[in-house]
Amino acid sequence: MENNAAVSFRHITKAFGSKVVANKDVSMDIMGGEILALLGENGSGKTTLMNMLSGIYHQDSGEIFVNGEEVHINSPKDAYALGIGMIHQHFKLVDVFSATENVALGMDKKTTGGAKEIAKAITEICDRYGFDVDPKKKVYNMTVSQKQTLEIVKALYRGANILILDEPTAVLTPQETDKLFAVLRNMKADGKSIIIITHKLNEVLAISDRVAILRKGEYIDAVKTSEATVQSLTDMMVGQKVELDIERPEIEDKQLRLSVEHLTCLDKYGVTALDDVSFEAYGGEILGIAGISGSGQKQLLEAIAGLQAAQDGASITYINPDTGNKEELIGKSVSDIKKMGVALSFVPEDRLGMGLVGAMGMSDNMMLRSYEKGHSPFTNRKAPRELANKVKEELEVVTPGISTPVSKLSGGNVQKVLVGREIASDPTVLMAAYAVRGLDINTSYTIYRLLNEQKKKGVAVIYVGEDLDVLLALCDRIAVLCGGKLNGIVDGRTATKEEVGLMMTNLNTEEKEGEKDDNNQSDQ
Amino acid sequence: MIVSFIHRAVMQGIPLLFGATGEIVTEKSGNLNLGIPGVMYVGGISGVIGAFMYENSLPDKSMANPFLAIMIPLLCSLLGSLIMGLIYSFLTTTLRANQNVTGLAITTFGVGLGNFFGGSLIKIVGADVPSITLSTTSKFFSAHLPIADNLGWFGEIFLSYGFLAYLAVIIAIVTSLFLKKTRTGLNLRAVGENPATADAAGVNVTRYKYFATCIGSMIAGLGGLYYVMDYVSGVWSNDGFGDRGWLAIALVIFTVWKPNFAIIGSILFGGLYIVHNYLNQFFPFIPVDMSTQELIKMAPYLVTVLVLIINSMRNKRENQPPEALGLSYFREDR
Amino acid sequence: MTTTKAINKEASSREKPFHIVKRTDMPTWKSWLIRILSVLASLVVCAIIIVAVTGDNPLEVYGTMIKGAVGSARRVWVLLQEVALLLCVSLAVTPAFKMRFWNIGAEGQVLMGGLGATAVMLLLGHKLPAPVVLVLVIVVSILCGAIWGVIPAVFKAFWNTNETLFTLMMNYIAIQIVSYFTYVWSSNKGNNVINTINVDNHAGWLNLPESVDRYGYLLNIIIVAVLTVLMYFYLNRSKQGYEIAVVGESINTARYAGINVKKVIIRTMLISGALCGVAGMLLVSGTDHTITPNTAAGRGFTAIMVSWLAKFNPLFMVLTSLLLVFMERGAIEISTVFGLNTSFSEIIAGIIIFFIIGSEFFINYSIKRTRAKEVETK
Repeated sequence: MENNAAVSFRHITKAFGSKVVANKDVSMDIMGGEILALLGENGSGKTTLMNMLSGIYHQDSGEIFVNGEEVHINSPKDAYALGIGMIHQHFKLVDVFSATENVALGMDKKTTGGAKEIAKAITEICDRYGFDVDPKKKVYNMTVSQKQTLEIVKALYRGANILILDEPTAVLTPQETDKLFAVLRNMKADGKSIIIITHKLNEVLAISDRVAILRKGEYIDAVKTSEATVQSLTDMMVGQKVELDIERPEIEDKQLRLSVEHLTCLDKYGVTALDDVSFEAYGGEILGIAGISGSGQKQLLEAIAGLQAAQDGASITYINPDTGNKEELIGKSVSDIKKMGVALSFVPEDRLGMGLVGAMGMSDNMMLRSYEKGHSPFTNRKAPRELANKVKEELEVVTPGISTPVSKLSGGNVQKVLVGREIASDPTVLMAAYAVRGLDINTSYTIYRLLNEQKKKGVAVIYVGEDLDVLLALCDRIAVLCGGKLNGIVDGRTATKEEVGLMMTNLNTEEKEGEKDDNNQSDQ
Repeated sequence: MIVSFIHRAVMQGIPLLFGATGEIVTEKSGNLNLGIPGVMYVGGISGVIGAFMYENSLPDKSMANPFLAIMIPLLCSLLGSLIMGLIYSFLTTTLRANQNVTGLAITTFGVGLGNFFGGSLIKIVGADVPSITLSTTSKFFSAHLPIADNLGWFGEIFLSYGFLAYLAVIIAIVTSLFLKKTRTGLNLRAVGENPATADAAGVNVTRYKYFATCIGSMIAGLGGLYYVMDYVSGVWSNDGFGDRGWLAIALVIFTVWKPNFAIIGSILFGGLYIVHNYLNQFFPFIPVDMSTQELIKMAPYLVTVLVLIINSMRNKRENQPPEALGLSYFREDR
Repeated sequence: MTTTKAINKEASSREKPFHIVKRTDMPTWKSWLIRILSVLASLVVCAIIIVAVTGDNPLEVYGTMIKGAVGSARRVWVLLQEVALLLCVSLAVTPAFKMRFWNIGAEGQVLMGGLGATAVMLLLGHKLPAPVVLVLVIVVSILCGAIWGVIPAVFKAFWNTNETLFTLMMNYIAIQIVSYFTYVWSSNKGNNVINTINVDNHAGWLNLPESVDRYGYLLNIIIVAVLTVLMYFYLNRSKQGYEIAVVGESINTARYAGINVKKVIIRTMLISGALCGVAGMLLVSGTDHTITPNTAAGRGFTAIMVSWLAKFNPLFMVLTSLLLVFMERGAIEISTVFGLNTSFSEIIAGIIIFFIIGSEFFINYSIKRTRAKEVETK
């Protein structure tokens, strides 16, 4: 290696199964003593790339160099031996252990000494970089921020010189984030290399020296943070504006279908994921939801579907198009909502973990949302089989047969099965999360066509997407979420990519300066 | 009378203590080995085979060498249980087979092996003895310090057992210290709680699971050995070991995975196992017949269920089973 | 600061020759081929062991086994009866397993069902007309099994109590309860043996007249055959069976589909326990006409393996239970012929099961050579 890179990736390729390529011919460097932000949308392969450095995965091809020497990292142990420590998004801590025990885990007593010596060393590290960890505290009693601190201390204790943090601020409050950044700067001053995986641009600008951008598994470029702007980074992250030939029919008669007011939800860690969000969805339009992943999209859809509890004061009103009756959906379970006659279809983000049963065939999966129909104790086998055949034919699902487990199908075919089923139930509201993620162009267009057909039928379609080009070409209005807050609603026909990109990444303070030329501006 | 009750309770408790300690070590690695009853049978029968071979090789029983008479059955027993532990580990850890099914198969296999050799050993080796009675070697196993007889109740309660009984207590204490104090013990507990974390910290999960399961099996197997060579004085009878293996698993839950508690727990369980014999003597005014004793024998299982329920309701983190108990670990599985 | 940077050069410069990856793409015929091969391999190993123990020609030994299993009309009947009983318990545990609820308490549930049947036959056998007694036998034994099964389910549903350990403990509580009643109801005071109940009027007996059915096994076999078909349809065709399958695959998907997971857990264990109760009834009122603490005879545990090996498919379970019972009967014959202990059959069963569960690895995973080197040469 000609440079003084701490880590160099050369032509790294990693695929999962035969279909999903997570990293494709990635070559990049991480310098000694810098903070590098690894930027990219969800699914761009950031975490996979770093997992290869930390020994969780092994690359299919390509080389990794550490301090100029080629290395083979087969396990996390190898990574530690090379001075590489990774703080995963899901903390690798043993809940019933104390801080000291977690630090001691896997280490030779001869080098660490007993509990007292370790506790002393923890305190030393804390003093040096400005952390606060109680060595005796059990992990299950710790807050998320404390757990993260412990993870960093653990890595430092093991002599990590190259520290990887996977979306470290996702679970932190702004105050905690500031504290973390102060610590990271101290560590950098101490000569350590730090890689932050993130997709929050303001944080990238605040903390990093350089930014490397991945998009769809491929390395795009690396730039000096001082020379970058939110706009330039957004452009690289989302790519050039691509004109898509997606139909956008105009529907005259739009009826109010769903009214969401003051919706606040907590995620499973008890952190506010959705903060006082209010909007309306109309039959005969596609409402897009844009936002960096993890901005509350999941909670929003699941709250409407009856799968996510909301905080007090929230209201989701459904207006029945046939009767005009208003129904309150908050506090209702999935089956309650079904029984109330609310024809709600939901294509969740986690296709095989939530929307479908992987071990079942197409035919059986068709029944998932409708198996209860009828009074017979037995399931109606004919209808789902016919539906499966219909979906298979109309959406051109490639499968050996309708009884082949859907987990054996490719991602695109799995999605067709899921969307096909949800549409078949004649919904009045159709929610779809990342409906084209991982799909090829043709399949994606099939999905767009299906959504538009529903729109024409007068269905209120809510489409959560990550590709701004698609959102701008497909949706009538786009609600932009940023950090759990609704940052505004723009008109899909007039808004620009830059505008939406900025609204996704910049919190609402700037939004109020408002030079926005859309007429459908936020109603919050 | 109380003295003799405690003495008997301890005798009953020792096989359970071996079994429970072995199972705790195993479960701490995340392996729920339901094969422990089978392993204990194999531990017993292997010792019997060793002792039988040794006794039959002697021209005269009085020539028995105490060292060999103990070491041969002991090593055979350890080897037998080790093989069972290896089969379980290979299937569940290397081949990632379902732990419950594998464990139950080990129990079927082990109990079958024990009863088969117990019933057919004489025939197979073609010896001309009427039944397996290993009184010569057994004598060495059950030998206790001569001074115990002169120390009254103290001697009977504390000093009147064969060496394996003391070994059981020592192993339990050592295991307890090992789990609590040593780094290897810490790593082992981490493997059972959260193998992905242990793996990320550089602990070789596979190796720990293998070692814990095999060592656990060897400890449990000694329970079988103690039972045949000491408790029943070297007379093997098929199914004689009964449900002690399951009782040992119950003891693990009862003592919330703590080997030092298991010492007291095993004596308690042992006491409950035989208390019916003493009830008439303790409380002459309460009529106790044969049927009541069966209900009393239920007590260990009943308390275990209660402990299980209460712990799950209180949901106190320290008292839960190892979090990854019963699950196979595959690094890329996430 | 204690830095521990013992760089393990050896570890980081070497590459593992192979690694294991999960596979999802094996065709069904191939996975069954692997299973069949594993059974054959286990039979070969069994043969080696049998030869080692008996010193006889392996073919002849297998001949003896076959003769032992199906060598006469009576033996065929006994074989079918044993298959029926084991199959019944296997059917019972299957819904729970399909839901990923580890019910290893079938032994206890069977015993409780049997105890219910015993109680009715013994206490009411001469007080009520025989048909009424039979109806009561059926109802009470099903009820007893169901109650025994649902207790751990309730705790699982509401407090997530570990069901494996709970159901396991319930077995021994049941054994002791039965033990207790064998004393209470013993025919001769204090010998804890209940003689055949209602020999005179056959009240509560679940058998066809001897003129129709010489060995008295036919009704049991018919009942279990019907149950097998019913269970197949329940699991594969009914709405409840569908819910069980969804809950077993993913709790998240079940919630998404609007399934009440707690309700399904409790309901399924009621069914599982009730069917165990039926098995207990078949044992007591259809076969033994008495009860001992050993009446279930380990079937509760063997059933778990039968169900698992058959991938929870009731029709395949006929084959797996037949395989195990066949080997058992055959091994018992070998033991008799060669004067060995009958526990020999358990050893054989253990070996077969080891092989089959081990073979699942080769269906679910494949071993790949690390590709880095190959890529270079391409």
